[in-house]
Amino acid sequence: METITENQAAAIVPQKRKNYFSLLPPAFITIIVLVGQFTYGVLDNYLYLVAAIVTSLVADMFFSRFIYGTKKNLASAYITGNSVGILIRSNVLWPYIITALLSIMSKYVFNYKGKHLWNPSNFGVSWMLFFATSHVAGLSIQWGSNLAAMVIIWALGLYIVSRAKKLHVTLTYVFSFIVLAYLRSLITGDTFLSEVSPLTGPMYQLFIFFMITDPGVAVSTKKGEIIVAVLIALAEFGLRLGGFIYAPFFALCIVGPAARFIDLRNISLRTAKSPELALPGTI
Amino acid sequence: MNKPRRIPRAVTAVVFVGMLIWTVVLSWSNPPSNVNTAEREESSLEKYGFYLQPVNEEAGIHFRHQSPTVDPKLKPIERQIASMGAAVSIVDYDNDGWNDIYFTNSRPGSQNALYHNLHNGKFEDVAAKVGLADLNKPGTGVCMGAVWGDYDNDGYEDLLVYKWGRPELYHNDGGKKFVNVTEGSGLPKWVNANSAIWLDFDGDGLLDILICGYYNENIDLNNLKTTKMMPESFRYANNGGRKYLLKNMGNGKFEDVTVEYGINSTKWTLAAVSADLNGDGYPDLILANDYNVDELYINDKGKRFVEKGRQAGIGYIPKSGMSVALADIDDSGLLGFYTTNITENGILIQGDNFWKPTVSDNHDLKYANLAHLAGIDNAGWAYGSQFGDLNNDGYPDLYVANGFISAKKGKSYWYDYAKVTGGNAAIIGDAKNWPDMEGKSQSGYQQDKIWLNNSTGLFEDVSDKVCPYATFDGRAVAMADLWNRGVLDVIVANQDNIPLVYKNIQRTGNHWIDFDLHGTASNASAIGAKVEVDWDGKKQAQVVTAGMGFAAQNQHRLHFGLGKSSKVGRVIIHWPSGRTEEINNPQIDELHKVIESKINS
Repeated sequence: METITENQAAAIVPQKRKNYFSLLPPAFITIIVLVGQFTYGVLDNYLYLVAAIVTSLVADMFFSRFIYGTKKNLASAYITGNSVGILIRSNVLWPYIITALLSIMSKYVFNYKGKHLWNPSNFGVSWMLFFATSHVAGLSIQWGSNLAAMVIIWALGLYIVSRAKKLHVTLTYVFSFIVLAYLRSLITGDTFLSEVSPLTGPMYQLFIFFMITDPGVAVSTKKGEIIVAVLIALAEFGLRLGGFIYAPFFALCIVGPAARFIDLRNISLRTAKSPELALPGTI
Repeated sequence: MNKPRRIPRAVTAVVFVGMLIWTVVLSWSNPPSNVNTAEREESSLEKYGFYLQPVNEEAGIHFRHQSPTVDPKLKPIERQIASMGAAVSIVDYDNDGWNDIYFTNSRPGSQNALYHNLHNGKFEDVAAKVGLADLNKPGTGVCMGAVWGDYDNDGYEDLLVYKWGRPELYHNDGGKKFVNVTEGSGLPKWVNANSAIWLDFDGDGLLDILICGYYNENIDLNNLKTTKMMPESFRYANNGGRKYLLKNMGNGKFEDVTVEYGINSTKWTLAAVSADLNGDGYPDLILANDYNVDELYINDKGKRFVEKGRQAGIGYIPKSGMSVALADIDDSGLLGFYTTNITENGILIQGDNFWKPTVSDNHDLKYANLAHLAGIDNAGWAYGSQFGDLNNDGYPDLYVANGFISAKKGKSYWYDYAKVTGGNAAIIGDAKNWPDMEGKSQSGYQQDKIWLNNSTGLFEDVSDKVCPYATFDGRAVAMADLWNRGVLDVIVANQDNIPLVYKNIQRTGNHWIDFDLHGTASNASAIGAKVEVDWDGKKQAQVVTAGMGFAAQNQHRLHFGLGKSSKVGRVIIHWPSGRTEEINNPQIDELHKVIESKINS
């Protein structure tokens, strides 16, 4: 999803020294899509993915110019488009365009202290999965339920979040999920494996490597990020007990912006007392 | 960083909110109409010219399907596993010129039913009398379906019953009784089959058999050795049952030539159909597979089959294939096929497929999926499907049976299902990891879909308008003219429930023509024969099949609606033997019994 990577890439671009790491996340998601498509045919239709990516890119260019009068690095929009194209399923084209559009626009509308609150594709995808149910469903396709594919994606994903200095977020969330899966299995009576099963699927691979690690909507301290990851897992735990299939997206959609808002407000209050702590705004 | 411009940002916010509202409004669904039955019938007859009236009671059809039982280890998900077995096949078993109906039952000890047509609107269950009732004996497995075909060319349709168990073959002794001839016939000892068809794949004039396994054949669902018997993936599973291509040796024996003929699929097949799709004179095969892509086996001159699903464009997107039905939906003379899948709003949108040939010749076969354009891509949890011209306007309409498990209302198993099916092979493949259903429904209480072909392949959803509201767990659909009136009636076998026998009440005044083919050089049942009817600038093709849809078989005769046209120009019959016959200006509003000419014309 728009993720780690989107905002990280954007943040890195202004630096004078070329940092090729900014290209890694877009490259990683491209590789996932291509390998998934050529090995398992994960895309129902190339057109839908292309539509989502193009919509994201054009929308981000347009709104950046329209609202801020600036040009924008499009790495983040590229990842948003990919995330939308992979994570939603519809047998018509328009949901891919609308979801991409909503995702990008959410960055410009839900803005506090010059920062956006929601991970863009998390907002767009969650909205459509909750409200546009007649036309949209979530990703159900698997990478063949195949252990080797899963191990490769996990290895690459962990490497990238590690380079992005967000490994603690991913590991905290995964650990929390596993502990809470065990707790859920005690409550529901289902096996532990069935409760932990979603973590082995592709939806979570995109979630833990590309969504919850998004630096663009992260809180400002490492400790805060760990707490937020635990809170997301807890919210998801509750949503899962309530039978929400897309619980991780909804959990992030609820917890992420709230944490971000509180964090930005605290920074603002601190800044008011000590102006030298002010951070440059980005979007 | 620049500050945002106020007006552009406000405009963006307004557009954004508008889009949010729009997406919500689009997903509001209309509840089923509250119109009473009499009003619905009158309205349907006035607007569409026909109405499907359930007549179980009047027809004397009191059959009720009972689901299979399963091993206690599968008890928590029994409704998931034991969710099939309601099947229907149409036959005129005694050659009296009237269609009879055969329903299979699935609980050990339960009885199948053969409803003999009494010609007066009523039917009588004669299954016990003729020896076709008690087919669910403990230890032999349970019935999943049945198909009729004259394997010994004696003029009477014999019966193949496929089971989660031992397939059984019954010889029709002059329309009086059926004799179990399974022993020594060469049929496999055990197949967990949910589909089988008759076909003559080598053109030798003898009907052969294809039986398709669903669960692996080493599993006895009532006596499990392991719970690791579920699909290894929701969309890429290859650990289903093997297929059995059985060549008719002509002496009551069948030989397993599956490997020799190149059918090595172990996908989870739920339906099969056979027809000559590329016009080379040999019947090809389409398999609708659950948990994987569908398959297209092209017959290489009766010598072998070659799987060409990907090359033809149908083998890319894995879905949950449950049924396959042939149709020429735009009267172009080209046969396409419809496969059903699963669509559950907000959870799983697979969409059904209608594969229309874009290139069709001996060397190449390409298809494009036109289901969305035609408006027939979203049925629900769709099982059986059949095309037939319900209003005789000259265009095949579509009936799709819907609904998976109707249990506790307001309690859905979808969350539990999604939890385990999204996971790794080691988890999904073991039944003990599947959460207890606890009486929950899954895509239950769904109405069957009826789509009316409004010409040139565009369909209108009339599900809630042309029959009473009903929400059974539909499985098999068959179409047949049950009362020899020149219209297609609809019979739906529902899981763990009564079937729906719909009498098609007509007020269209449209014309029709029927053909009942009998082979001489070809197999006597003329399975595989293709009929093309030219009239009024249209050309519609249909094929005689012995098994189509899901666990179903339509009537043997082919029915063509003609609309208001008062004459038919030319009829071409392509017999399985390779012979072609032409009939010019046949009488309309009649059933034509055609016996294959000895001389090629």
